[in-house]
Amino acid sequence: MTVNQTAPAPSRQRRREANSINPGMISRRRKGSPYPYWFYLPAAAIYTVLFLVPTFASFFFSLTRWTIFNATFIGFGNFVQFFQDPGLSTGLRNTIIYAILTSGLKVVLGMLFGVLLTSKMIARGFLRSVLFFPVLLSSIGVGIMFSVFMDPDKGIINQVLSIVGIQGPSWLADPHWALLSIAFVDVWKGVGLATVIYIAGIVSIPQEFYEAARVDGASPTKCFWNITIPLARPATATVIILSLIGGLRSFDLIWAMTQGGPGFASDVIASVIYKQYEAGFYGLSTAGNVVLFVIITAIVLPLSIFLNRKEVEQ
Amino acid sequence: MTGKLIRHWAPVAAGTVALGIALTGCTGFGGSSSGGSGSGGATISFLVNNSDTSVAAAKELAKEFTAANPDIKVDVQTRPQGSDGDNTIKTKLATGDMADVFEYNSGSLFQQINPGQNLVAVTGQSYMSDVSDSFKPVVTAGKDVYGVPFGSGVAGAVLYNKKVYSKLGLSVPKTWADFVSNSQKIKASGTVPIIQSYKDTWTSQLFVLGDFANVAKAEPNFAADYTANKAKYATDPAAIKGFEHQEEAAKDALFNKDFASTTYNQALDMLANGDGAQYPILTSAIAGIQANDPDQINDIGMFPLPGDDASKNALTIWFPSGVYIPKSSKHVAEAEKFQAFLASKAGCDAQTKGSAPSGPYLVKDCTLPSNTPPAVQDMLPYFNDTAKNSPALEFLSPVKGPNLEQITVEVGTQQVSAQKGASLYDEDVKKQAQQLNLPGWS
Repeated sequence: MTVNQTAPAPSRQRRREANSINPGMISRRRKGSPYPYWFYLPAAAIYTVLFLVPTFASFFFSLTRWTIFNATFIGFGNFVQFFQDPGLSTGLRNTIIYAILTSGLKVVLGMLFGVLLTSKMIARGFLRSVLFFPVLLSSIGVGIMFSVFMDPDKGIINQVLSIVGIQGPSWLADPHWALLSIAFVDVWKGVGLATVIYIAGIVSIPQEFYEAARVDGASPTKCFWNITIPLARPATATVIILSLIGGLRSFDLIWAMTQGGPGFASDVIASVIYKQYEAGFYGLSTAGNVVLFVIITAIVLPLSIFLNRKEVEQ
Repeated sequence: MTGKLIRHWAPVAAGTVALGIALTGCTGFGGSSSGGSGSGGATISFLVNNSDTSVAAAKELAKEFTAANPDIKVDVQTRPQGSDGDNTIKTKLATGDMADVFEYNSGSLFQQINPGQNLVAVTGQSYMSDVSDSFKPVVTAGKDVYGVPFGSGVAGAVLYNKKVYSKLGLSVPKTWADFVSNSQKIKASGTVPIIQSYKDTWTSQLFVLGDFANVAKAEPNFAADYTANKAKYATDPAAIKGFEHQEEAAKDALFNKDFASTTYNQALDMLANGDGAQYPILTSAIAGIQANDPDQINDIGMFPLPGDDASKNALTIWFPSGVYIPKSSKHVAEAEKFQAFLASKAGCDAQTKGSAPSGPYLVKDCTLPSNTPPAVQDMLPYFNDTAKNSPALEFLSPVKGPNLEQITVEVGTQQVSAQKGASLYDEDVKKQAQQLNLPGWS
């Protein structure tokens, strides 16, 4: 989204160039060839059947008591019930904590790694791939792997900690730690992507700024604060928005590692919804999905507008 | 020109075909396929849950059934266990894609698959007279009976290590106070008194679910009042005991140290090896111990979760799953023959061959093998005398909240008090009753 806005001028220019090089294209379009419109049809049909119909169906089913076999219309009863759910307030709080924590850490660490991996250092390419590697793994695989690592007695993490004399907590079984532990794993897995976005953002900053700053005697720290951070702003906005959306609707990692437990200690909205579905409360679960959709939109849309407006003002 | 036209239309055609395939794949008009085989016989499909014991019993059943009925073959299929399995069953029934015979829970979950709409009633079949009368109510909807039992009865009780008990000179407790004093002595000897395994959350519910026989003996009307929204766990002095017992055991530190991250299988190993002395669990665990630690199976005994009154000491029992025929089946006659086989001694024997029973069968004339583990034999006196047992609440009431296992984990890890846990569960139950649209809850 932000990338498009940062460079509108060149692309328009390129289009103009392309048109002038190949005037035949314009004339063919003027003749009214059906070619481009027919091309849309399969995609439109698939989009309608697999996306639009289920979306609107889910808005309808969220207003029903639905057992798969039959659906009874009950108005907003499901929404009322969903908001009365004792698990929901925990879930909502945990979702916000999780989203802000993972998103924040990804921004800070992604920025640091981005700067590090664009500087002249040995084995830069290798380190970049090492950092990116966890992004390629499946969340379920990562979840299972870390729940083994995080076993309080036999897990490798606590065994390593015990070598240096630290008694590690039971990462996933302790209600105070469970959500944080999952958030750390999420960051471990997702920071590679944030770093790649930052690398792209930092590389696109013209070197002249740094050269000019260095001539004026600016230290590397000053360069970082006054050139890199402001000019990598589009990258920051992208990382924040992407990781916030990811954090708000995160489910797979949490389910693989704790299933929302112990008790309800690491339940998020998505896992609350899944539990309703598991229990056979399909209408209630669908209502939960509508709520989640509204919450994500309500948080991300204003944030996205805010971040992008600041960018235009610059 | 034509070449150009084809080139233009090719993607459209390809897209349409792909869409068509996607659509037919989604809706599944097919129904149950696999008609009669070429040689004049029929093949019926039999869907069971994918636990080792179910699959082994089902395969042996299929083999013996075909031996007795050479013209009918049985194709055993599997589905996931737990709530994934519930949803698989519902989806298959709703789309007409169900196997010719299938295994599914009896009791409250059975009521949720709309038996009247989806299943073939077998009330008048002659073989139903061989099915135990105590089983029939849990597979009945309206006036009709729909299923025959698959597998054996199970209890929610305490499995204990007899070696530890005899070493310390302990006797089987009849009251909660005895149980606690036994546990303190075991703790003093350095062995874990009560095993808990919250990594597999369902195992945390036994303090509450397994205590129901005590509730039923203290208040015979509890189940009916509970269904009618007149009794609550949080306010009923007998019902809340299960939560309080779990809280008390946790406060007294009677659990294994790493109970929050212990798995069910690790717990079974602890019990079998005598690292832990007592494990409140479903007695189907006996089959697990027999599979993993066959040498220790004779060290394991069973007693009911004790309540306040030794004279009312009773066992909470679970009924086995039922085997049902969906209306979508194209081989109803063959499927009924298969049900008849299940409800016969030959059927029980075939299941015994596949996996050792972890409780008594609910079919007339069925016997347990002579090498039945002692824990199962401990169950028999309770099963045979209705004064000494009660079905679990889920067989007496359609009301069962889905979150009990998370709530009992919270109580067991002392995140919430027993009182708070019980009222959380009442909230949970209310949601389920409202979704089922039961009278008295809206």
